[in-house]
Amino acid sequence: MALKIALAGNPNCGKTTLFNGLTGSNQFVGNWPGVTVEKKEGRLKGRKDVTVIDLPGIYSLSPYTLEEVVARNYLLRERPDVIINIIDGTNLERNLYLSTQLLELGIPVVMAVNMADILEKNGDQIHIGKLEEKLGCRVAEISALKGTGIQKAAELAIAAAGGKKPPVVHTFGAEAEYALKEAEGRIGSLVPEEQKRFYAVKLLERDDKIGEQLQQQLEVEDLISGLEKALEDDVESILTNERYVYISSIIKECCTKGKRQAVSVSDQIDKIVTNRILALPIFAVVMGLVYYISVTTIGGWGTNWVNDGVFGEGWHLFGIEGIFVPGIPVLAEAGLQAIGCAEWLQGLVLDGIIGGVGAVLGFVPQMLVLFMFLAFLEACGYMARVAFIMDRIFRKFGLSGKSFIPMLIGTGCGVPGIMASRTIENDRDRKMTIMTTTFIPCGAKLPIIALIAGAFFHNSWWVAFSAFFVGIAAVICSGILLKKTRMFAGDPAPFVMELPAYHMPTLGNVLRSMWERGYSFIKKAGTIILLSAIVLWFLQGFGWVDGAFGMLEEEQLDHSILAAIGNVIAPIFAPLGWGDWKMAVAAVTGLIAKENVVTTFGILFGFGEVAEDGAEIWSILSASMTSVAAYSFLVFNLLCAPCFAAMGAIKREMNNAKWFWFAVGYQTILAYLASLCIYQLGSLFTTGAFGVGTAAAVLIAAMFFYLLVRPRREYGSRAVNVRGMAK
Amino acid sequence: MRTLKEIPCGQTVTVKKLSGEGPVKRRIMDMGITRGTEVFVRKVAPLGDPVEVSVRGYELSLRKADAEMIMVE
Repeated sequence: MALKIALAGNPNCGKTTLFNGLTGSNQFVGNWPGVTVEKKEGRLKGRKDVTVIDLPGIYSLSPYTLEEVVARNYLLRERPDVIINIIDGTNLERNLYLSTQLLELGIPVVMAVNMADILEKNGDQIHIGKLEEKLGCRVAEISALKGTGIQKAAELAIAAAGGKKPPVVHTFGAEAEYALKEAEGRIGSLVPEEQKRFYAVKLLERDDKIGEQLQQQLEVEDLISGLEKALEDDVESILTNERYVYISSIIKECCTKGKRQAVSVSDQIDKIVTNRILALPIFAVVMGLVYYISVTTIGGWGTNWVNDGVFGEGWHLFGIEGIFVPGIPVLAEAGLQAIGCAEWLQGLVLDGIIGGVGAVLGFVPQMLVLFMFLAFLEACGYMARVAFIMDRIFRKFGLSGKSFIPMLIGTGCGVPGIMASRTIENDRDRKMTIMTTTFIPCGAKLPIIALIAGAFFHNSWWVAFSAFFVGIAAVICSGILLKKTRMFAGDPAPFVMELPAYHMPTLGNVLRSMWERGYSFIKKAGTIILLSAIVLWFLQGFGWVDGAFGMLEEEQLDHSILAAIGNVIAPIFAPLGWGDWKMAVAAVTGLIAKENVVTTFGILFGFGEVAEDGAEIWSILSASMTSVAAYSFLVFNLLCAPCFAAMGAIKREMNNAKWFWFAVGYQTILAYLASLCIYQLGSLFTTGAFGVGTAAAVLIAAMFFYLLVRPRREYGSRAVNVRGMAK
Repeated sequence: MRTLKEIPCGQTVTVKKLSGEGPVKRRIMDMGITRGTEVFVRKVAPLGDPVEVSVRGYELSLRKADAEMIMVE
């Protein structure tokens, strides 16, 4: 018999550790359909017929957060055979609040009281027998970390599965019970018998989403107002209060507190780490370390090794001179030549496929190091403090305090930056962060900045400085602008966040989380990166020479299909001051990797290979456009759609085609308008030329400032959109 | 009656009532801040907002704007 066990519990209660303990390496990680919430499924160790589903960590079954809606839709529609409700034994009160709601669902429940080892150490005792009696379900004491009691919890769950519905042990006060009975009566046969109580509670709470799920509109407003009048409070408060009162009564009977340590280690750590004076310096040091190790040193070295060694010329084994391992392209080229492979096929394999795979894998070392840090910071409890410390600054722009990390990493590379947005739990904050992270100039954009600064502005310091300023301004303005749009409008996200106790994460959990995120990048983002690399390789490498279509030499780029496309699209960029097809082509090749803009210029201006900052072409480039146009070109390339790798990461993280196109479209349009204004207004100041474009730029700039300062419109409550999921 | 926002660090207060409505209020209640609960104000974030409180044996952070919804005594 195939069984489904759902794992439910609060965040930070050890749920992931228990899930790993129950399933071992037998897991599939994905997303819940259409949303950014992660979904994990696995098979119970030693029982192939038993599936374990890890629900998102939640505090309640309210309709207000995406995680809660995902979890309860799953529980109501998919009807797992049994729920294992994992509970942090050191914080029974808040954890049992969710339990009282789970017990109303009409699904057999088994409790797993976690952190048994810590309870023992503190001298606290939980009387399991009494707890079972009070809750009306079986209870197992476990330590997910040490792996004790897990087996028993699984056995209890299998035994309970498919059994009769748990008896309702928890009753509300007489008034509330009366209203519930009435509501249950009105529900009639609309829902299965055992789910009636849950629906009745939700109807009384005025939960619209539950109302929608019933086939007919039910009128319970009279019951609600009756109850509210009798108890002189609103119905949500009444029910929540009664739940907590009930929980307090259970705890009084089932727990004996031992001698509590006066100040726990966690409190002592917190005293220093979020201290009013020390918090910011400590934060800066932690962030500096993360950046230094994952971008500058170890991660950066790894990425260079993959790019220039494994997928480049070759590398020295363990850095020893003399033992030279040739790179994959070198080996492949030799192999293909040996078997006499056609030249175009060689090109496809070497430049298209191997180049594309290399582009994907090149990010991996950096990303794995970064993900390891993130997993550690999340698991040890510091990440919640990051949000606590930075919230004040970031919430003004519709971002989360945790958006700081993606932005910081984004100065190195936008791809791991976007992937780092994973740690933000609020859906809207996360989407906003994904959309704006790549505005920050990444390492690959530096050559473009160097090229423009060198060719047009005598290497002035302010060019690079202003590039970062433009990036940060784009993030801030986008935050303010988008926050007011319909897509991001609605109820403000409650920032009522638990600050979990600090604890040392296990190496296994950190490594597993690192690998899961890294692998999901390779699989989901990798395919889109590889495909676009191949397409662009084709557009770049093929074209018409003397009327015949064929493969081109590198210097013949101006005959390629890409050049033809460049010619067609060039007029679009004329209002930005750089209508030349060469600039258009350079901007397009920048989509493969931003530093390609410089190499493309090198080829198009007939210099072949150029230095990283393109010093050879400075003079010829400066003759081909004005410096205002050059700056407009720079800004466009900084802000427009990022490279394919970053777009792949955006696609992966948004997990939704509409949102992906919205993000990329928004970035490109913003880049276009910003460059337009810079060129048109800049020309007005430098040459005094006034034309249609100038008028348009003035209009756009005025519109922009209006949007920035206009008051926020109320769109009513934003529905958590999960339609069509869990079907 | 005062709101939680006005309580200085290091004081313990009892929740009397929650004003307002909607998701934020529900979330505050879900996290265990209900009538009669004792709340200890632990500290304020380095930039002045949000605040950290102890409630029902654990640590919770909330913004001052939201703390204003909590009437205490």
